Amino acid sequence: MQKPARHFLTSLGLDVRLLGMIGALVFIWLMFHFATDGRFLTPRNLFNLSVQTASVAVMATGMVFVIVTRHIDLSVGSLLGLLGMIMGTLQLNILPDIVGLGHWSIWIITVFIGISAGVAIGAFQGWIIGYLTVPAFIVTLGGFLVYRGAAWWVTSGQTVAPLDPTYKLLGGGAEGTLGETLSWVLGVIAALAAVAVMLISRRTKERHGIQVKPIWAEGTLMGLVVALTVGFAWLMNSYKVPDRAAARIAKARGWDVPEDFTMYHGIAIPVVILLAVAIVMTIVSRRTRFGRYVYATGGNPEAAELSGINTRLLTVKIFALMGGLTAIASVIASARLGAVGNDLGTLDELRVIAAAVIGGTALSGGAGTIYGAVIGALIMQSLQSGMAMVGVDAPLQSVVVGMVLVLAVYIDIVYRRRTGA
Amino acid sequence: MNAQTPLVDMRDIHISFGGIKAVDHVSVDLYPGEVVGLLGHNGAGKSTLIKILSGAYAADGGEIYVNGQKADINNPRDARKYNIETIYQTLALADNLDAASNLFLGRELVTAAGFVDDDAMEAECRKIMGRLNPNFQKFNDPVSALSGGQRQSVAIARAVYFNAKILIMDEPTAALGPHETQMVSELIQQLKSEGIGIFLISHDIHDVMELCDRASVMKNGQLVGTVDVKDVTDDDLLSMIILGKKPEGVTVS
Repeated sequence: MQKPARHFLTSLGLDVRLLGMIGALVFIWLMFHFATDGRFLTPRNLFNLSVQTASVAVMATGMVFVIVTRHIDLSVGSLLGLLGMIMGTLQLNILPDIVGLGHWSIWIITVFIGISAGVAIGAFQGWIIGYLTVPAFIVTLGGFLVYRGAAWWVTSGQTVAPLDPTYKLLGGGAEGTLGETLSWVLGVIAALAAVAVMLISRRTKERHGIQVKPIWAEGTLMGLVVALTVGFAWLMNSYKVPDRAAARIAKARGWDVPEDFTMYHGIAIPVVILLAVAIVMTIVSRRTRFGRYVYATGGNPEAAELSGINTRLLTVKIFALMGGLTAIASVIASARLGAVGNDLGTLDELRVIAAAVIGGTALSGGAGTIYGAVIGALIMQSLQSGMAMVGVDAPLQSVVVGMVLVLAVYIDIVYRRRTGA
Repeated sequence: MNAQTPLVDMRDIHISFGGIKAVDHVSVDLYPGEVVGLLGHNGAGKSTLIKILSGAYAADGGEIYVNGQKADINNPRDARKYNIETIYQTLALADNLDAASNLFLGRELVTAAGFVDDDAMEAECRKIMGRLNPNFQKFNDPVSALSGGQRQSVAIARAVYFNAKILIMDEPTAALGPHETQMVSELIQQLKSEGIGIFLISHDIHDVMELCDRASVMKNGQLVGTVDVKDVTDDDLLSMIILGKKPEGVTVS
């Protein structure tokens, strides 16, 4: 890299690893775009990609905390399946008898109970790991078998369908989006909020006499953030709903529409959920004591303990959080399919771990970011759906994804060694 | 020397690990403004004894009094409540975090909304480091990027910042060069004059002769004896450490 370019990047204060990941993502996208004769980078495909990424990415944000504290969670895929079964049975067979068929509160109660169950199961695993000191690998390997078996047992292996119509909106699809207007509103609000946060942070730093970025660098970053958020809303708003589906939706919602009515998707609800989760998890990791203790414990467990951090309770909290996020991911995955089958979430634990690791989370502990895990999930999903579009056979897809995982970690190791980080 | 109440009085402390008596019914005390050296070979039990005071280990038996009141110390959080601060031999720093995060680890400054206030912590960190080690500049790097002396000054800053009344220093100069060792000596003198009591664990007889008022010598988990440093010679201390022999003609408590 030339000197002025490096100076430019240093002033922006952007992480080299982040740039590397974005570079890899752009490379993969362009490669598939050419290989598919321009079908990859279209609003339609990017919309689908964003929806397909959501479930794994939500879990990957939690896996960052698990791996940062030198643990692992192999049970998330099975737990996702079990929670999906519980929530499916609840909304199909139990709640209609209590509150009435098609009642508006069914999806809320379902999601609430699902998340509570996820948190409880996660906390229990965390308790075994933290207080009974059984290694996380073993506890969650056991959980992997237990939950998959238990999911079968909930309905004796039968697929649960159809799910509640409102619940299904949480999975995306033509109806499960914000629509055009709200997408614009969300994009603009997000852009304004990001700029406000950057300005406030700059002011507090100045007040404490800490050096800040040059004003042009801050301005460039703000421009980038605004372009990205508003651009994403614009992109999602360019994906047209097929005319017949649009007419059907308009009719179902009781809209009086002209003959040549057109409708666009907008940002999918699962993506909104993912963005909310990612923002909250970033705040938790950087601005709360809990987050600080997660990283301190990962960096030096003994030092954390001697600093008065209750590392056992911390382990319980981390796994409880992982369980809660798995429940949210389960809502997205089951709602997207509209049904809960026995195989829901199969192999997801490996996708989630791979996403976190590709995103720069070190298995040796102490390092990892939320945005990295989300980009990692996006890279994994891009590879998978890109290869499917090109027509690569499913077994060969696994071969490629497996090799990319190892390669990504090797590059990360070389990078860490070079920078001494 | 004292009619006052001791700052710390550890009585009849004992602890075993798998049948080995690491600390075998040992009693030591510490008065305000005093430096007590803890001496002994590796494995004599001095670090273990001190980890009981700092809450890292729970004793099998014995009692700890702080300012004459019986103290209940079961974990490091309890010890901090009694204003007992420790500089560990390993420094106990989270290498992946920066100096300010380590300084405030477990006691973060928070904003009104309850979020960690990194800017305020960095500002405070700059203040105390300016006093302890004016050359220190690497505030935004993880402490893994710091030199041995810089890391040591972060660990010392952590103990001093929170108004310690009782300070435990486990081999504070083992990893330091002559200049930094001198800095630590000056710091000890200054803290002493502020009325802080210090337990100083050291291998170095010269350090002990220079910095300590009294020395407690341990061997094989037992207390050989406690002497006033001004009453004894280097050789007396050495024979206590090596042979477990009490010097003649000296009051040994």
